[in-house]
Amino acid sequence: MNNLRPNILSIKKLTFLGFLLAITPLYAQQVKKAEKAAILLRNATLHTVSRGTVSGDLLIRDGLIADIGTNLAIHSGTAVLDCSGKHVYPGFIDGGSKVGLAEIGSISVTNDFSELGDFIPHMKALTAVNPNSVSIPVTRVNGVTTVFAKPEGSTFPGTGALIDLFGYTPDQMSCGSERVVMQFPSTGRRGRWDRRSDEDIKKETEKALKNIDQVYESAIQYARIDSAAKADRQSWTTNNPQMEALLPVIRGQQPLFVEANSYTDITALLDWISNKKIKVVLTGASEGWRVADRIARAGIPVITGPVLSVPRRENDRYDAMYTNAGKMAGAGVKVAIRTDESENTRNLPFNAGFAAAYGMGTDEALRAITLTPAEIFGVQERYGSLDKGKVANLFVATGDPFEMKTRIEKLFIRGWDIPLESRHTLLYDEFLERTPGNQKK
Amino acid sequence: MIRNSKAKNLLLLICLPALAAAQDLLIKNASVLTVTKGNCQNCDILVTGGKIAEVGKGLRQPANVRVIDATGLYVMPGIIDAHSHIGIDVVNEGTNPVTAEVNVGDALNPLDVSIYRALAGGVTTSHAMHGSANAIGGQCQTIKHRYGTTNPDDLKMAGAPRTIKFALGENPIRTHGESNKIWPATRMGVEQVFRNAFSEARIYMKEWEDHKKGIRKSPPAYSLRMETLADILNGKILIHCHSYRADEILMLMNVLRDFGINKVCFQHVNEGFKVAPELAAFGATASVFADWWAYKFEVYYSTAYNAAILTRNGVVTSINSDSGELIRHLYHEAAKTQRYGDLTDEEALALITINPAIQLGIDKMVGSVEKGKDADLAIFKGHPLSVYAIPQMTIVDGIVRFDIKSDPDDVRVDVNPTEKYSTYFESLEDLDHNACMRGVSELLMQESHAQYLRYRYSKQHQH
Repeated sequence: MNNLRPNILSIKKLTFLGFLLAITPLYAQQVKKAEKAAILLRNATLHTVSRGTVSGDLLIRDGLIADIGTNLAIHSGTAVLDCSGKHVYPGFIDGGSKVGLAEIGSISVTNDFSELGDFIPHMKALTAVNPNSVSIPVTRVNGVTTVFAKPEGSTFPGTGALIDLFGYTPDQMSCGSERVVMQFPSTGRRGRWDRRSDEDIKKETEKALKNIDQVYESAIQYARIDSAAKADRQSWTTNNPQMEALLPVIRGQQPLFVEANSYTDITALLDWISNKKIKVVLTGASEGWRVADRIARAGIPVITGPVLSVPRRENDRYDAMYTNAGKMAGAGVKVAIRTDESENTRNLPFNAGFAAAYGMGTDEALRAITLTPAEIFGVQERYGSLDKGKVANLFVATGDPFEMKTRIEKLFIRGWDIPLESRHTLLYDEFLERTPGNQKK
Repeated sequence: MIRNSKAKNLLLLICLPALAAAQDLLIKNASVLTVTKGNCQNCDILVTGGKIAEVGKGLRQPANVRVIDATGLYVMPGIIDAHSHIGIDVVNEGTNPVTAEVNVGDALNPLDVSIYRALAGGVTTSHAMHGSANAIGGQCQTIKHRYGTTNPDDLKMAGAPRTIKFALGENPIRTHGESNKIWPATRMGVEQVFRNAFSEARIYMKEWEDHKKGIRKSPPAYSLRMETLADILNGKILIHCHSYRADEILMLMNVLRDFGINKVCFQHVNEGFKVAPELAAFGATASVFADWWAYKFEVYYSTAYNAAILTRNGVVTSINSDSGELIRHLYHEAAKTQRYGDLTDEEALALITINPAIQLGIDKMVGSVEKGKDADLAIFKGHPLSVYAIPQMTIVDGIVRFDIKSDPDDVRVDVNPTEKYSTYFESLEDLDHNACMRGVSELLMQESHAQYLRYRYSKQHQH
């Protein structure tokens, strides 16, 4: 009988258990170890995203959301957490970040997101993801469980990877969705220091457009030869990893993630793809609001952000970046939000909060960091909402997770119960009441 | 869509000065967050002559006042940023480890739209600072956000004490030691730059004293640099010191103690939390980021709980922007201390109002909603510490400088009449995340290489 009795723990008790764990010496570790959870979240307000907000229970087992419903049966070996008055959300997904690829901004040898070369789509971000980056725990304790770790810095800087922010190897972290990234030739100035003449910029852009046309034509040819060779069961020996990396894009098996920001560049991109068969996701789109109708008509999804950034033209309204996501969504564009950050990817919910306040609305902004990016990355069957059978990436909060006051009390990634610790919390614990204080001894 | 906005801008040129006409105001029926005197529901604020004349319920409405109905809205003191680089043309005079004689007040740019964008985030006062290239940088200027004026001097806040920028750690080391092979190349060298400068200034002061007493016949050669250092030693200039690591913070306090200086505000001070008891004992104050870290090695061991730890240890703490981006939402940055360290509403709001006012020596004039203070006020829809808060109106000296209801799309004061619309920038790193070292990379390397590096690291921080 005894082992059938549900193990009912309140959050307070769990916190106390966590405290006991914390005071046992844990040398050479960043944070406490995670534990595989078999837990029933009882009487929670479930923000499913896919089916609105419902009250009920959610069962986590074997890394998945094993069940959702009311009065779910309790099985042996399953802990029960009373979540009355608590809110459960699917883990947030950042549609573009450098978490795992960047450690210390000013020290280039700790940054692995920008390889040399202009056409290097075969550079795999997943290879360079550091599972022990100090930024990872810092990011996930704010409810960000998944990020698209992306390369940048050239026209085809590489292939980004969607990763969960828990695991000890890149393979353990991978969500199985990797995407080729492209920077569309830009007509904007790179900064105030950029003193190129308008004519020079025009020439450079034309040249860059010609280059990408050539790349595209070559890739088409490569795909044809590859298909023909495979159809004939010929072994065609070649070493062209760049072209190999573009095959899934050329064959329409996965979208190309193209960064374009000014409205002229977005328009040029839409023109560029209008006679091509490839699928595209528009990233950046900081002036998407200026051409939102056209983006909507083209049916191209957008990953935009950071919301918290300055307007890129002096004559733009102060809130141009706050309202951008909402305006595009209002025009019918499928919009996901990213931070484009590294160590402060934890601010994703606040970026969504600002977008929500400035026209997007809370429900749409929540979707923009959960189910919408899951759809854009083709992982909507496994990620992005609280639904039976999905990966158990979720958290329990005291309220609206966009609000700074809200506490996140429990966090699960792939069904692992993740300690709510990071370098930032550990330093707080140590230094809030430092001992010794300011005495000499 | 982008329009040819010549006509509109002409209108603006006419409108903005008109907007600037002082008018007495009665803000009615607001939730007033005074910061120093608690909250007052359904409260009125009477503004006359640019000052707060009265705060209370059911105030009598004098004749000829403009009434602002603030029913359902929050009014808080105008937000103050103790560390910014907006409204100035240049940031760093990075040619010498000691440049005390230069003054940011000589390089004000009232046309910078960043001032308006800060107003649209409720910020009425900022500390326009010299950069962090030199151990002893230039003097800074406390400005009021009187956007619309074309006279640089109009920005200066009368009665604000003089301030100067100091800098420790990587930035002066990189600028001078690594690049020019002069001190400081280490944190040891940084200390000696201060000790040497103050010692030289003491000799200079003694020589003048001796000359005045007749002990010394000829006066010493006049030096504006030495005069400025002497004013620091005499307590006439407040020190604001760019700093990160605990050891260097302790170092500067030791130097200041040895030279009889008892006031200092540490800026950034990411490791301030490690020496919070020492900061409190010295009486030093701290102006920090809400959550910036890891952009360089000396901020790798940081915590977003810094402001909370400092506050709980009795250190007067503010949250600053150092950025044309963050300055637009300091209310949001302050609210992060509720996620990271459970500060109360009042404590969180103090971080961006009365506390930075104390650090700039202007707390008698601004920083709270109190009778007699400057009528610098920010009106919000939604509590300012909520992510859904939207600033509605910002008032400086009783003048409405931002009103969301009459907010033009294009607020530029200086417009090139031949330009159809303004330039698109892929990156505005000097506004976003790069302000403190602005102007230094050009000094250190050839322009083309500087361009390349700044492009490559455009998303990275260089404070």
